[in-house]
Amino acid sequence: MTQQQASANRPILEVKNLVTAFDTRHGTFTAVDDVSLELVPGETLCLVGESGSGKSVLSRSILQLVDRPGRIVSGEILLHEAHPDPKQDTTTELDLAKLEPRSGIIRNIRGRDIGMIFQEPMSSLSPVHTIGSQISESLKLHEGLNKKQARERVIEMLRRVEIPNPERAIDQYPFEFSGGMRQRAMIAMALVCNPKVLIADEPTTALDVTIQAEILDLLEELKTQNNMAILFITHDMGVVAEIADKVAVMRYGKLVENGNVKDVFANPQHDYTKSLLQAAHQTQLPSTERLAMREERPLGDPILEAKSLRKEFYGKTGLLGMKKTTLVAVDDANFTLREGESLGIVGESGSGKTTLARCIQRVLSVNSGELHYTDRSGASTEITQLDDKQLQPTWRDMRTVFQDPFASLNPRMTVSQIIGECLLLNGMHSKADRRARILELLDLVGLPSSAMERFPHAFSGGQRQRISIARAIAPNPRIVIADEATSALDVSIRIQIMDLLLDLQKQLNLSYIFISHDVGLVRFFCDRVLVMYKGQIVESGDSEQVCTKPNHEYTQALLSAVPIADPTQRGQQKRVRYQQ
Amino acid sequence: MYAYILRRIAWSIPFLFAASFLAFTIIQSPPGDYVESYAAKLEADGRQVDEARLRSLRDRFGLDEPFLAQYWKWISGIAKGDFGLSFQWQQPVSELIGDRMILSVILATSTLLFTWAIALPIGIYSAVKQYSWGDYFFSIIGFIGLATPNFLVALILMYVGVVHFGTNVTGLFSAEYVNASWSWDKFVDLVKHLIIPVVIIGTSATASLIRIMRANLLDELYKPYVTTARAKGLSEFKTIMKYPVRIALNPFASTIAWVFPQIISGSTVVAVVLSLPTVDPLMLDALLTQDMYLAGAFILLLSVMSIIGMIVSDIVLAMIDPRIRYR
Repeated sequence: MTQQQASANRPILEVKNLVTAFDTRHGTFTAVDDVSLELVPGETLCLVGESGSGKSVLSRSILQLVDRPGRIVSGEILLHEAHPDPKQDTTTELDLAKLEPRSGIIRNIRGRDIGMIFQEPMSSLSPVHTIGSQISESLKLHEGLNKKQARERVIEMLRRVEIPNPERAIDQYPFEFSGGMRQRAMIAMALVCNPKVLIADEPTTALDVTIQAEILDLLEELKTQNNMAILFITHDMGVVAEIADKVAVMRYGKLVENGNVKDVFANPQHDYTKSLLQAAHQTQLPSTERLAMREERPLGDPILEAKSLRKEFYGKTGLLGMKKTTLVAVDDANFTLREGESLGIVGESGSGKTTLARCIQRVLSVNSGELHYTDRSGASTEITQLDDKQLQPTWRDMRTVFQDPFASLNPRMTVSQIIGECLLLNGMHSKADRRARILELLDLVGLPSSAMERFPHAFSGGQRQRISIARAIAPNPRIVIADEATSALDVSIRIQIMDLLLDLQKQLNLSYIFISHDVGLVRFFCDRVLVMYKGQIVESGDSEQVCTKPNHEYTQALLSAVPIADPTQRGQQKRVRYQQ
Repeated sequence: MYAYILRRIAWSIPFLFAASFLAFTIIQSPPGDYVESYAAKLEADGRQVDEARLRSLRDRFGLDEPFLAQYWKWISGIAKGDFGLSFQWQQPVSELIGDRMILSVILATSTLLFTWAIALPIGIYSAVKQYSWGDYFFSIIGFIGLATPNFLVALILMYVGVVHFGTNVTGLFSAEYVNASWSWDKFVDLVKHLIIPVVIIGTSATASLIRIMRANLLDELYKPYVTTARAKGLSEFKTIMKYPVRIALNPFASTIAWVFPQIISGSTVVAVVLSLPTVDPLMLDALLTQDMYLAGAFILLLSVMSIIGMIVSDIVLAMIDPRIRYR
């Protein structure tokens, strides 16, 4: 017992003063700058940072997996108890930083002593090889097992990661699995050779919260079983509070904070850590700005009413493709949006929230139901049966901000062209007028007038989303649909964009339809919320009430899966699983 | 999988009929028919035109019957393996094409194998070592190959062959083997004669294939699943060959579709220049002289080959890419 404790406290992997740099045409860019870390068996170290902070490069440096032109410049990566020779069971201490990326020794370490899992389970698995073939590879490589032995071990491993029916799953392809199952297969692949160290690079970021909660539980369980050291990279303070033993915070390639999780959350030292924690706490409560705004100006009359909206998609199956299948993406949706109100639609991937939004905007036609839109003059129109031409005035009043700020702006158009195009389409023919309006819009969204003649690539993600917002509000709309508009952004930027949206609501009396998978954001931003599950609105109501005292079992399950950014509350919340 | 194959084949049947009808329409559409051009040719030669003979020719080929009746006569004959008679050669079309078809298939298959054997390894090398000296070298060679017309290469190689090596590079057989029955020596002779046409016909295809393979592989090389494979400890060679190369090869299955019609029309110019006894020159001739049944057989064969090629490439694609199989 005492011996085990002693070895438990001794680190298995030590990173000392690591520097990883990329040689570019504009000089050397130091992605990881003098970082030191320790990984201890049976402990999870969470590495936190925003995009570009160097956390992924650090994790890849450990296995010498940094793509060129990146290279380790200096520092040590000491792995204790390494197996440099696959044929012998002897272990030594090894400095991984000194090894060549293609050397045989580092290849023996990869997958055997150190396993790694990645963010996107779909693209991180080969689409044309079976799950079994991809997992058994490491066993054949590192333990010299034959086909039959490897197959048995893979089935056993799939069972350990709780993939149902492993004998069948082993011969299936990744695209036949759901996102959560794929990530389980990925974990099985990383752990099949029982490595002492697991590096997990944002393994739950692409997953729904309920799936995330299950994957986190699984990792915790496997950590205890194998007495494994985990380096868990994330940007989500909630996840950190849920699983970390220790926390390290990175910014601009440097380590700014490193310590015990409870200490860091209770008493953060660095300003950056403080701001991250503040952002995390802020988005778990309703926005004070919003509440103040509602005090000052109560919500107006209903401007959009949906009655029994239904949308079906069709597929073809069977011999000759004659058989039709029907998928009900939106089933009997009823809601009302009032002037100046923020209505949230929350749900997991595939719940139909985006389809509902597209039906509301009438980008998609609907199968049945009614949509009544009341315009500025107070005239109400039923818009489900209108054709494209008749929809023009409605489209002017109803605009969208999309999720991906990198894909939703044409890279070959300048900012003034992007915004000007939609002004021109709405009948603003004078060049001088358009210019004046674009300047006004840029000012509204907090961008300098110099942004006008620049291309989207010159801007960061947050700035691009500001351009998208400027484009959306250009024709002076009344309703803005924000479809996961803040999901692709870093936490600190996310808060800025949400504040900007609230600010615009105050100035322009906009109504928002805010689509999100993040319940916390909905509580922060929305007055009322619709919870969607498999195409149906299972619960709707005041956002405070839904987020604190949910009625429907699915909402309860969803809320119980959301990690809370407070390590002292860990394990106190009872998780509910929803089974229909 | 079987349902998929069955579905593909079932769908191709109406297409085959449509293609045959279109082929017949095309050969019927130019003004005049074979008998008229035959008469004009006789007149031009200054010979007497025997009206009675022309009459009997028209009757025999049913040229005065309505369009649909002619089509029906033609297509029902084909179903029994009778492609009709070539006016010009006065031989059954099936016999005329049959001999040359085998050589065409041999030529097309050798060209395909040559192209793939050269282009795929170079494409992989160029992608993995992007912007290296080797990559630039092969790119330059490739662009030259793409830009040079086939017949020019053929003429140059013929010149070099005859003047510098004194060898006969035209045809597919040496004189003594042309009418000989098949033997090992005849086969060796054929292989020797194949080399130059294969190189000529294959050059531009090789060049474009190198570019396609390079581009395909560059798209795949930096995908996350490649990093996953490296993180498992696979060697660099195995990582690249098992994962990105395997996926980059998938689009090539689709190219099988256009290899099939090329058996018939892929090397017409080169075949004429090198006087190869393949079907290509025969087709050109048939089209020029309005030899109706011969031309019709070629157009029909081309369409059938395209459709078969499409089915084969769809099935191959389904075999190598599970995402299509399980659609």
